[in-house]
Amino acid sequence: MAILQMRRFSICAMKKNRKAILEELQALGIMEVDMSAVNDETLRRDNTQEMRQDFDKKAVQIDHALDVLQEYAPEKTSMFASLEGRALVEKEEYDQIVQQQDQILEKADELLNLKKQLAENKARIVKTENQAESLEPWLSLDVPMEYQGTKTTAVFIGSFGSELTLDQIYERLAKEAPDLEAMDIQVISSDPDQTCVVAFCLREQKAQMEEALRSMGFSRPSMMSGKAPAQQKEELKEEIRNLEQEGAQIEQTIQNYAQDRQSMKIASDYFRARAQRYEVLGEVLQSRRTFLISGYVPEKDVAALQKRMEEKYDLVVDVEEVDPDEMPILLKNNKFTCCVEPVVASYGMPTAREIDPSAIMSVFYVIFFGLMLSDAAYGVLVAIACGIAIKKFPRMDETMQKTLRLFLYGGISTIFWGIMFGGIFGDAVTVVARVFFGREITIPAVWFAPLDDPMLLLMFCMLVGVIHLFVGHGIKGYLCLKQKQYLDFFCDVVLWYVFLIGLIMMLLPSQIFASMSPIAFSFPPAVNTLAKALAIIGAVGILLMSGRANKNPALRIALGAYDLYNVTGWLSDVLSYSRLLALGLATGVIASVVNQMGSMLGGGIPGAILFIIVFIIGHAMNMAINLLGAYVHTNRLQFVEFFGKFYDGGGRPFQPFKAKTKYVDVKEETSL
Amino acid sequence: MSQLGLVYALLGAAVAVFLAGAGSSIGVGIAGRAAAGVVSEDPGKFAKVLIIQLLPGTQGIYGLLVGFITLSKIGLLGGNAAALDPKTGLLILAACLPVGIVGLISGKAQGQTAAAAIGVVAKKPDQFGKAMLFPAMVETYAILALLISILAVTAIPV
Repeated sequence: MAILQMRRFSICAMKKNRKAILEELQALGIMEVDMSAVNDETLRRDNTQEMRQDFDKKAVQIDHALDVLQEYAPEKTSMFASLEGRALVEKEEYDQIVQQQDQILEKADELLNLKKQLAENKARIVKTENQAESLEPWLSLDVPMEYQGTKTTAVFIGSFGSELTLDQIYERLAKEAPDLEAMDIQVISSDPDQTCVVAFCLREQKAQMEEALRSMGFSRPSMMSGKAPAQQKEELKEEIRNLEQEGAQIEQTIQNYAQDRQSMKIASDYFRARAQRYEVLGEVLQSRRTFLISGYVPEKDVAALQKRMEEKYDLVVDVEEVDPDEMPILLKNNKFTCCVEPVVASYGMPTAREIDPSAIMSVFYVIFFGLMLSDAAYGVLVAIACGIAIKKFPRMDETMQKTLRLFLYGGISTIFWGIMFGGIFGDAVTVVARVFFGREITIPAVWFAPLDDPMLLLMFCMLVGVIHLFVGHGIKGYLCLKQKQYLDFFCDVVLWYVFLIGLIMMLLPSQIFASMSPIAFSFPPAVNTLAKALAIIGAVGILLMSGRANKNPALRIALGAYDLYNVTGWLSDVLSYSRLLALGLATGVIASVVNQMGSMLGGGIPGAILFIIVFIIGHAMNMAINLLGAYVHTNRLQFVEFFGKFYDGGGRPFQPFKAKTKYVDVKEETSL
Repeated sequence: MSQLGLVYALLGAAVAVFLAGAGSSIGVGIAGRAAAGVVSEDPGKFAKVLIIQLLPGTQGIYGLLVGFITLSKIGLLGGNAAALDPKTGLLILAACLPVGIVGLISGKAQGQTAAAAIGVVAKKPDQFGKAMLFPAMVETYAILALLISILAVTAIPV
């Protein structure tokens, strides 16, 4: 409905009350702190950077701990969890948690430690598994890997880096060390990458043997132990089992922390709120005993806030007017019109010199949405779904709730248009009656069926478009009047109205229009003359006046002619509303296609089964895609055609100083 | 009476469906690749990018729409096809061309715009409302073509 007026609200108070006042302001959440207007060199700012970072760190630490908890003890959430919004916490519970903040931080620390232990445990399991695997080729060896031999024999245990047969090894050994006398080679295992062998020789020839083996590329295994490989593998497996058990235990311990989830969430939000308070404290100007905080407060709250502050503390309040160019924007609308606020915000908030377009826009928004979806059954489904969601999740995020309410109203409007145009799941009733019951039933459209007379609907859509655009143009006029720019109002608004109305009145009885439209107009000659007069007056006026800012008469006329050319812009804007027809038809026709496909098997049980399946899937898809289309194109008509006439946006949204929490909201008793 | 008129008319329905459908599938494909990239970085944006990916899909629906109106007009759906002379058949074919050709070209263009809009959402998720608008601009021309096709098909006397 309107943009709320703001006042600059400054408080000068004693430092001993600083914490209490800041906490109270944060709980109230009605002041946007802005110190830019205060310049005083005798006052200084505290450096709170460190404190702020400290609290931020604590909040993040608990967040990480909560992530760990979520990983090992997932919280059961429903499909619609994103609609639920933040939980509401009683003040006592919150205060209690705040008392225990140190324990909770410790718990978060423990959780993070446990997570680290778990990671180490996992790494050790992997390492041990690798060791066990590297023993695989040696399993048939029944002496320890580091076995050196007996008193008279030397033993070499190791591998060659390629696949060799016993004969090849003997052959090459004979070549490398021809004077070796007694030796024995046993191949333990071989695969394309390595050949594991045990070589024996006399102890006195050990050096020769070693030399020969080395030149053949012999290497000792990397892992030495005093146990036979098979036994060692058993031990490693035992170790893995133990480690796994240990890991399971750690996971169990982590899961036991699940009961602290709620208190950790609250504590995290508490630290976050404190960090935000320190952020503000860093901006507040201070002298030795006093401090000064200044910011924007909505005008309606100023008196109550002042009274409350002055009663509670010793302080001085100063309230000033705010320059409209600097004013942050907060919109105030009733329950119906506030639904389009998120749509307005996504385009850009109005500036303080503009008006809040929500109220007018919401009416058109709902009408357009209904015209585009235009199927009564879809409207019912959308309205019911949104209604249930809003009822079921009262703590839903505000923007989300407004959007769903907008869809709810859009659904109701869709029901209306669906009945006007006779669409209930397309022509489902007719098809079902004909195929399954052998009767001819049609639900008559209250107004007319769009496919029977698309031209009529097209004319209707353009009419709606012209009204929409004229309203937008009218708002521009209102803004001119508000700013006392009467000449602008006359030249840019009234002259255009005159010109366009003249043109439309000339067009209506013309031959071209009659050939397109199912409705014929004929005006008495006086009206025709009036139409021509209006068009000419408007055109000449625009030609002469549009370039009035320019002194050069030739340039002025040229600019006027250019502005007159804007009439093509109006034409294309009006044509753009044909999307109302196109999208409306699309819903109905695709619904008919779905019904037609469903009834392909004819009557009887198989036919009914096919019909039900095709009906559910087909209509669900059609509804989804047309909902998307209706939303996108309604937005477009508002943003491009409607806003294009009068609205710039670019206002700065009001961002009050309040606790921006992540998990919970605290039920505050403090309110004005 | 030759069946040539019916052939032309059916060709018209086919042109509307397959050109516009091809345009949409190209467009949705282009946007889908961008969307998949965004989701691989941040799965939380899935719903938003999916919505934008779907925007170039409407041309295919418009083609289907005209195709269906044409089929029901020439009576193929009811099983008793109207006897069309070749001239009427060609008229219907011509009426189907706008939605087919514009659907093909605008589908691809809208897909590219949608991919860029998905880039906007990836960097600034709060600008979703504006990002969604750019592909919707391209669609205007598909809607205009659809309008002419529908009006022409319904206006041709059979």
